[in-house]
Amino acid sequence: MTDAGKRDRGLLRVDQDECKGCGLCIEACPPHVIQMMERLNHYGYRTAVYAGAGCTGCGICFMVCPEPGAITVLRLTNRPAGRFDSEAEGAKRCAGN
Amino acid sequence: MSNATEAEYEVAHGRPKAFYENFERKDELQHQTHYCPGCGHGIVHKMLAQAIDELGIQNRTILISPVGCSVFAYYYFDVGNVQGAHGRAPAVATAVKRSQPQSIVIGYQGDGDLAAIGSAEILHAANRGENITVIFVNNAIYSMTGGQVAPTTLLGQRSTTTPNGRSAANEGYPLHVSELLATLEAPVYIERVGLGDNRQVAQAQHAVRRAVENQVRGLGFSLVEVLSPCPTIWKMSPVEAQHWVREVMEKTFPLGAFRDRTKDAPAKAAPPAAPALEDISRILGVADEGAVEEIDAEAKGAVDLQVRVAGFGGQGVLLLGEVLAEAGLHAGLQVSWLPSYGPEMRSGTSNCHVRLAREPIDSPLVVHPDVLVAMNEPSLHKFCASVPPGGWILYNGETVPAECERKDLHILARPFTHVADELGDGRAGNMVILGALLEATPILPQASVDAALGQLVKNPRWLALDERALARGRELLRESLQGVCHDG
Repeated sequence: MTDAGKRDRGLLRVDQDECKGCGLCIEACPPHVIQMMERLNHYGYRTAVYAGAGCTGCGICFMVCPEPGAITVLRLTNRPAGRFDSEAEGAKRCAGN
Repeated sequence: MSNATEAEYEVAHGRPKAFYENFERKDELQHQTHYCPGCGHGIVHKMLAQAIDELGIQNRTILISPVGCSVFAYYYFDVGNVQGAHGRAPAVATAVKRSQPQSIVIGYQGDGDLAAIGSAEILHAANRGENITVIFVNNAIYSMTGGQVAPTTLLGQRSTTTPNGRSAANEGYPLHVSELLATLEAPVYIERVGLGDNRQVAQAQHAVRRAVENQVRGLGFSLVEVLSPCPTIWKMSPVEAQHWVREVMEKTFPLGAFRDRTKDAPAKAAPPAAPALEDISRILGVADEGAVEEIDAEAKGAVDLQVRVAGFGGQGVLLLGEVLAEAGLHAGLQVSWLPSYGPEMRSGTSNCHVRLAREPIDSPLVVHPDVLVAMNEPSLHKFCASVPPGGWILYNGETVPAECERKDLHILARPFTHVADELGDGRAGNMVILGALLEATPILPQASVDAALGQLVKNPRWLALDERALARGRELLRESLQGVCHDG
């Protein structure tokens, strides 16, 4: 969230087990809201992490990421909270950040 | 971020469904590929998987994996998968597409695979206009094997085999595959894209989808060449490698569509479906297993007949062996027929190895023949010592030269060519000898021999002559057994 009451258009999740820390998403992100994490994941990689705010949901980080599901990009819907389709629910289960 | 907030978002870009849920190659981290960090293959895989998802073709896609880093594509794509020999993906794709016309066949190859060892296959598949999609990932080097020069390596680029940089004088120029293929008539769509920046990646995604969609629409051959980073072998960081694609590689390999008939190419009519498996024997004119002539009960038991037939080209050496092998096949035996001859169609040396056995045959080579058929004297000289004691030599001549005389085996020396002359044509001498051979080694029923002859000799005049020649050969052998005492 950029400011109170207004939601970002996008939301980003990085799977810390799948990311190999190549940094291509950090390079690609237009609003520069992805960073490299300081600590290592259990495999020994520094991984990418969402800065927490400012994602536009453009999806370019997803396309430049070489791993199939390391990045998931979500977009704000106009639907009221509590109603979401099964795809979004599935993504929530497999990609937590 | 709270759950209440998350619920207001839905997935816009997520793991494509065309990927397996788990990649079972590794014991752990089964949702992660084997590619190095920043590897272009992973990006191209994702584009392809997305295209498959978007076009709704997952259940009829067959991916042909290459040799190279992307050999394991079959661990990732939840589609039909075939892995081809090095460079042969376009040939495999051709076969799959033609036998399964409704399938969507995608060849995936690197530059070492496609542009070097497989350059002939891609050229001819493109020239035939096969209705397939080829994704060609070009990183200008052999990566999996440690960074040797490839046909696509840039001038001046260092590799383990061009340590001072590629020089045109020594290694030639970088091969421009897309431009080369675009000189052909048949291809519908050929485009080179890159993974050098966001704009290029978006363009590449578009091109990959179009190349697959063209096949779905039945338009014909489509190829997308992707300039792709290899940070590991290029010894760069992933981001540096991405920049190198854009700033260096692109100068040698300009991006763009070299052929695009996507808009006006007509959809090809689907080829006729492949015949059903059970019809294949009928179409090929070979007896199916149900129609096999059974060998006489008394002759049953171990059969392992090894025959070497030798002579010069034109004497019917190979046909003799072929009839023998075909008759064995008809009689339900395992058979092998291995021809060996020089480049001359006539008058060069020619010989063949034939084996007939009850058990599966380990090797088609016949080193120690039970029966040697020598159609001329040089062949007799060459092979007479190879026959083990107790075997047979059938020699096309009046007498066996002294140096080939052997007391420990059976020898029948007759001027078979002259015998055939008397029957009507000297060229049937091979069948006279075959008659003698069949009489000397009574394991094949006459019905099988007749069937084999009928299959291989289509001309009725020759068939009649060959049948007479076979009968005469059997007579000659019987006469020799009555008149001469052989030491066994």
